Amino acid sequence: MAMIAVWLKVEEERVVQALQEASEKLDGIEGEVTLDLSSVRRIDPSAVRAMAEFAGMAEDKSVKVVLRGVNVDVYKVLKLVKLASRFSFVS
Amino acid sequence: MVTRDVMQQRVQIPLSAESLTEERTAYLERLVRQARTAAAVFTQFTQEDVDRLVKPMVLAGLDQAQHLARLAVEETKLGVMEDKVIKNMVATEFAYNYIKDKRTVGIIREFPERNLVEMAEPIGVIFSITPITNPTSTVLFKCIMAIKTRNAVIFSPHPNAWRCCSEAVRIMYETALKHGAPEGVFACLESHTLQDNAYLMHHKDVGLIDATGGPGAVKAAYSSGKPALGVGPGNTPVYLERTADLNTAVTDIILSKTFDNGTICASEQTAVIDDEIYDLVLKKFAALGAHICNEKEVKLLARTVIDPETGFMQAAAVGQKAIDIARLAGLSVNPGTKLLIAPIQGVGREHPLSVEKLFPVLSVYRAKSVDEALKVCVDVNHAGGLGHTAVIFSRNDDVIRQFGELMNAGRILVNSPGSVGAVGGVYNDLPPTFSFGCGTGGGNSTTDNVNIYHYLNIKRVARRTQAHMWFRVPNQIYFNMNAVANVHQFASRSTIIVTNPSLEQFGHVDLVRRYIPEGTHVHVSVIPDAEPEVKVVMQGVEALNFYKADQIIALGGGSVIDAAKIMKLKYESPEADLEELAAPFLDLRKRVIEYPTEKINRVRLIAISTTSGTGSEVTPFAVLTDKERARKVTLADYSLTPDVAIVDPQFVMSMPKGLTADTGVDCLTHALEAAVSSYASAYTDCNAMQAIRMAFKYLPIAYQHPRDEEARCMMHNAACIAAMAFSNASVGVNHALAHAFGARFGVAHGRANALMLPHVIAYNASVPTKFLPSPYQKGYVAHKKYATIADLLGLGGHTIDEKVKNLVAATEQLLDQLGFPRSIADLGISKEEFERAMPDLTKLAFDDPSWRSNPRMPLISELAELFWKAYQGRGLGNMADAVRQQTA
Repeated sequence: MAMIAVWLKVEEERVVQALQEASEKLDGIEGEVTLDLSSVRRIDPSAVRAMAEFAGMAEDKSVKVVLRGVNVDVYKVLKLVKLASRFSFVS
Repeated sequence: MVTRDVMQQRVQIPLSAESLTEERTAYLERLVRQARTAAAVFTQFTQEDVDRLVKPMVLAGLDQAQHLARLAVEETKLGVMEDKVIKNMVATEFAYNYIKDKRTVGIIREFPERNLVEMAEPIGVIFSITPITNPTSTVLFKCIMAIKTRNAVIFSPHPNAWRCCSEAVRIMYETALKHGAPEGVFACLESHTLQDNAYLMHHKDVGLIDATGGPGAVKAAYSSGKPALGVGPGNTPVYLERTADLNTAVTDIILSKTFDNGTICASEQTAVIDDEIYDLVLKKFAALGAHICNEKEVKLLARTVIDPETGFMQAAAVGQKAIDIARLAGLSVNPGTKLLIAPIQGVGREHPLSVEKLFPVLSVYRAKSVDEALKVCVDVNHAGGLGHTAVIFSRNDDVIRQFGELMNAGRILVNSPGSVGAVGGVYNDLPPTFSFGCGTGGGNSTTDNVNIYHYLNIKRVARRTQAHMWFRVPNQIYFNMNAVANVHQFASRSTIIVTNPSLEQFGHVDLVRRYIPEGTHVHVSVIPDAEPEVKVVMQGVEALNFYKADQIIALGGGSVIDAAKIMKLKYESPEADLEELAAPFLDLRKRVIEYPTEKINRVRLIAISTTSGTGSEVTPFAVLTDKERARKVTLADYSLTPDVAIVDPQFVMSMPKGLTADTGVDCLTHALEAAVSSYASAYTDCNAMQAIRMAFKYLPIAYQHPRDEEARCMMHNAACIAAMAFSNASVGVNHALAHAFGARFGVAHGRANALMLPHVIAYNASVPTKFLPSPYQKGYVAHKKYATIADLLGLGGHTIDEKVKNLVAATEQLLDQLGFPRSIADLGISKEEFERAMPDLTKLAFDDPSWRSNPRMPLISELAELFWKAYQGRGLGNMADAVRQQTA
């Protein structure tokens, strides 16, 4: 079966919306989805919640979530809220 | 400002939260998750971000100070509204003043001289219990601290102060949120159960418990297994010493004891007053609105405010006005009475009012002497106030110091009120706080005024430091032929020449005497030609004392000079304990034993060396023989270094061949060990390398042609130069092995060194099994240094390995030329005997301080292996032959 991978650019001002849009596309994805967070310097609690929800939905659909370009401050937040292990990271 | 919840005094918070409903558990989990997320997000904030949040929160707190104070008094029915306003203002304004310029993000403090920086790491989620007596100000203070330190807080207010506290949390949270704080950074439990507290105290995502409450809450916090800040109860003694400014003292105590109706646990509980001023003090109290109770009134008061069963204060009295308490007790007092004063005759259960009283009742005790006063203060301190606060009014610094030493209190306040003084920032420079750490005396982890630094994990980034090194040698060194003539420069009334019989026979002593200035009284002390023993040294000290010597000339080899060094030590500092001074150490600068600096005599030591090996004329070492234990005791301290060294080759021209070889190899070993020592520096390297070059070149000549003046001169200088190197870089494992072997089998030091030397070079040049901490070296360099030495000697080789092997080979060759036995077996020691000695040998070698600066840390098994290699003398020799052949 062919893998249908999706790549999405996430802007800092609309992390939550971007993740909502991405979650709507999860049904059509097989394999993995890559979220490009390279322009996100910081995340707020609503973004953290959105990422947790997105990770949950992706897991339900057996879709691997790859986060690209996550800066180290955001990475530390994801570690602290125990979300980091639910994503793959690429630079 | 009260940091203790009297209403919870007898309530134990359960350690288990099993009785929580699912719904309640979900609620608490939600709170923690929200706080954890907020704390995580908060880690992204910079110092500037944080400071932008703090200021508006402080302003909001100030703005709402009266509103919150009013709420607190209405709800808790404790304290004075006006005073609570002040508390709220202190909690915000004073706290802000303390923290505003302090860094709490990233690098918070720098210590450039120590190459150290401290960095802040937030705690994360803090679970905070707040008290009834001091509800809103505690919340305001903790919110500001938490934001400044990027933490999230879940508050659990006292049930009877929930409304005012949740309002304070709301004001702080909304202000913080409005200015950009992470959502969920503060939360306040919607209702309060002990099970909630237990659940949160044990929650894995709660990083710290900050329990400002009663002993039950504090104990539960500490028992939870979580890091906790808990504050204990107080029982503050205040000592009014006779020199005190009484007007200040009385005013301050009234202010303190009536502030918020005495609810601050740092407020004075028992005033201990010197007899001479007692009546005057009570008169002043009365003049300012205090009621002095008579004996009957004291009993009535005690019955009313102290629970006779527990001995603790009655909750109903806490935070009430003096006049109301008097009414309750049935006392008739003036309407304006501020404070009830109860004279007591002692401290303890039989004196009920000697305990903590968080209301305007002050016990007073008349002390007949300073001694009695201090004892009573100790009693009060131990009657429930350990670790908390103690106060003294005095102008006598000695008494203040004594009071400070006796009181077990985190805050010992001088000439200032207990309650407002302990809070900090008003009467003194203590950090403002609403949590008084009470140390272990109060079952707390700190004695500090709890502040922002307790809300941080402080990380220390310690950069590698370049420890100071040294290069210390005698002030004056005279060398080359006839250098002895320089003795005439040194004026002396009484000189003792320490030497040995053979040198006296050779006429060396006469030669030296020739140059001693006229008019000097000279005595010659001849000691046996062997390593010095304590008995010999002490005889020399007797002579020094008898002749009141001001100069010692040590003329001889290492043994004579070492003996003279120890004589000097014992003459100048008779109390010096040689056994103690020989105690082992790892780092000269950090060792436990200190050499004496007080001297009852002063004597100059001129060392004239008559052998070319030990270099004792410039070293800070002296070796004594401990015959009883069959070992050598090494003393090491720069105070042992001779003042003047004379390196004159005319004294070695007649040295026998064997001694030339032995001492020459000792010199070479010193230089080789100093070169690779972990204490080596550029200063010692230049000496070590030069000495090695000189020894390789001139030792064989001096050995073969003893009258060769140049060779003798060069070897004599080489020995001194090598000694300057090892005096500052120390030696290594070769010496440890040689000392042990020499002492056990009575083999000369140089010979023992020679047996070990090639094996030790090979050993040090290989990759260590264990590295020795070596802050002075960048990486493991011993093999490279050996290679450099090989290059200096022109031994050839392309790789480091080859060069090291060539150095080993050259050393073997030199030892062969000098006619040394090439194995321990060659000395006639049987294998069985050597095997039997091995445990002692390895123990002695490992105990020897020499190896502490060896580049490679020797394991006991490796010491044994080296001994066996030296015993067999095989392997390396073959390898050396092979190398020689290859090179050829």
